[in-house]
Amino acid sequence: MSIHIRNVTKHFGTFAALDDVSLDVADGSLLALLGPSGSGKTTLLRIIAGLEHPDSGSIEEDGADITDLHARSREVGFVFQHYALFRHMSVFENVAFGLRVRKTPDAQVRSRVEELLRLVRLEGLGGRKPSQLSGGQRQRVALARALAIRPKILLLDEPFGALDAKVRVELRQWLRRLHDEIGMTSVFVTHDQEEAFELADRVVVMNHGRIEQEGTPDEVFDQPATPFVMDFLGNVNVYHGRVENGRAFWHGIPIDYPDYPHAQARDARVYLRPHELELSLAAEARRRPENSLAASVVRVSRSGAVTRVACRPHGSDVELHVDVPADTARGWTLEPGTNVAITPRRARVFLPGPEYVI
Amino acid sequence: MIAFAIDSSPLPGSTTEVSRSRRCPRGRRRRPAVLPGFGVSAAITSIVVFSLIVFPLAVLVLRAASLGPGGFLAAAWTPRARAAYAVSLGASLIAAVLSSALGLVVAWVLARFRFPGRRLLDALVDVPLALPTAVAGLVYSTLYVPKGWLGQWLVPLGIKGAYSFLGIVLVLVFVSLPFAVRVVQPVIESLDRDTEEAARILGASRLQTFLRVVLPGILPAFVTGFALSLARALGEYGSVVFISGNMPFKTEIAPVLIVSRLEEFAYAEATTVAVLLLAMSLALLVVVNTLQQRLARNAQ
Repeated sequence: MSIHIRNVTKHFGTFAALDDVSLDVADGSLLALLGPSGSGKTTLLRIIAGLEHPDSGSIEEDGADITDLHARSREVGFVFQHYALFRHMSVFENVAFGLRVRKTPDAQVRSRVEELLRLVRLEGLGGRKPSQLSGGQRQRVALARALAIRPKILLLDEPFGALDAKVRVELRQWLRRLHDEIGMTSVFVTHDQEEAFELADRVVVMNHGRIEQEGTPDEVFDQPATPFVMDFLGNVNVYHGRVENGRAFWHGIPIDYPDYPHAQARDARVYLRPHELELSLAAEARRRPENSLAASVVRVSRSGAVTRVACRPHGSDVELHVDVPADTARGWTLEPGTNVAITPRRARVFLPGPEYVI
Repeated sequence: MIAFAIDSSPLPGSTTEVSRSRRCPRGRRRRPAVLPGFGVSAAITSIVVFSLIVFPLAVLVLRAASLGPGGFLAAAWTPRARAAYAVSLGASLIAAVLSSALGLVVAWVLARFRFPGRRLLDALVDVPLALPTAVAGLVYSTLYVPKGWLGQWLVPLGIKGAYSFLGIVLVLVFVSLPFAVRVVQPVIESLDRDTEEAARILGASRLQTFLRVVLPGILPAFVTGFALSLARALGEYGSVVFISGNMPFKTEIAPVLIVSRLEEFAYAEATTVAVLLLAMSLALLVVVNTLQQRLARNAQ
């Protein structure tokens, strides 16, 4: 089931939760709505579910307009952020709820619920109350309950937000496999970029009720369309420099920027990710590599396979973050005060536009 | 009685007790209490419960018991007393049902909706608690007598709101409504609205959502509200005495009977009626509270 959202606007009082949003979700795809809180991602999800109604614009499913269709009749599965399980019902009755209100015969309810409990790996726990389950188990009950009515679309609001880190990663991978098995069009909301990138086929980055960028995880990560996307994906060195004559200047080092061939200098922001900077020991190089920046190490910390080095360029008080493969860093003696040279390998330059507000 | 209260409390001020429990905590790990612990609070609880509730009631029962079983029954089980119990229990039960049902609606409106005048309405709910109930009884009877503002229209229709069983029920609803509202209101406020949306998305109608998802969450509090309303209604005297007309065998409630016996200096009979009324009230409340606990456990 494909979803087409056309020019949807939604206000809460004077607050514009969604501002002229259009989005297509392809049949069978898994799409992430990524953004900070207040960006409108949950409102968009609720509008797709029919829990909110847009002020203007329309929603279509497979070409049929469902804008005015009530949530009850949309046949969507919705997994709430805090699961919203029915506390007074057993796990079995929670999953069975959608079938019971449809007056499904008891035998069918039983076999469907048992099938779902197997699917979410909770067989044998049907008699428990939600309060007797762990967070991850509750999450899976919520998912089974949503799937029981064979929805055409599955919507998940911050599905892993309330879980601890290890369970979150496991459930994420499991959900991806489940999606591939069932092949149902799914949309989930998250503020965690790692989650969005790992799980989704397509990522939609939202901010202030608008879509900043939409694309595959690779597209969004490698070609951020706006400074906001760059900032939001996080972990980036920002430098307030300038551009002129087809070049941007980063700490005085020229970087090609053919988009701005004019002679008149203009303010620009230069973004470099920590792994796009190359670090070498000043003592080892006989001569400082060309176009490199002299700096001294402030802090070194190990994070998995990379060593994160914080440096301060000489004569500056900004801190630069550089990721060095841990194997490379092991051969060096990196400690606060060590002199290093930093070379940019790749940079993105954005000219501040009037629309750019963080 | 006082000596018993002190004996039963586990010596909160005793230093040996404190230092011993600090040095060697017994088997189970207990969370250290931030606020005064079991010792102090248990002592206060026993003193309060015994001196304010158990002791006076025990005196009452002792006085009644001095009559012996035969004398007790003869005094407490007269036809007039039996009629008074029936009026008391019947009117109180009906009033408690009405109060808790109306209270649920009022609580729902106060908890769920924001509208002009909501705060005023919220404050008004507590007025019956503060108003001397005799005033309520007088006002109600002036309204419902055949020449009263409401009575002049209602009495010709056969609705007698004053000097009747209906009048008793009316004032009992008035005095018990605050309890029904205040017990249910915070529970409605704390309901998880997501569960209602979840039910709707899963295809439930409004009625199904209310009956299957909302009501089970409210029910324990609803039953507690019923119990409190019932207790309040059973003990009410001041308003009923002004509106019921106090006709023996018809509109005389047990508390009124007790007072009229006292005025006749029939102390023993007054005491026995009081004891029997007490026993019946206690039995009713135990039944309702058991039901409430069962529901609360189920709603976990």
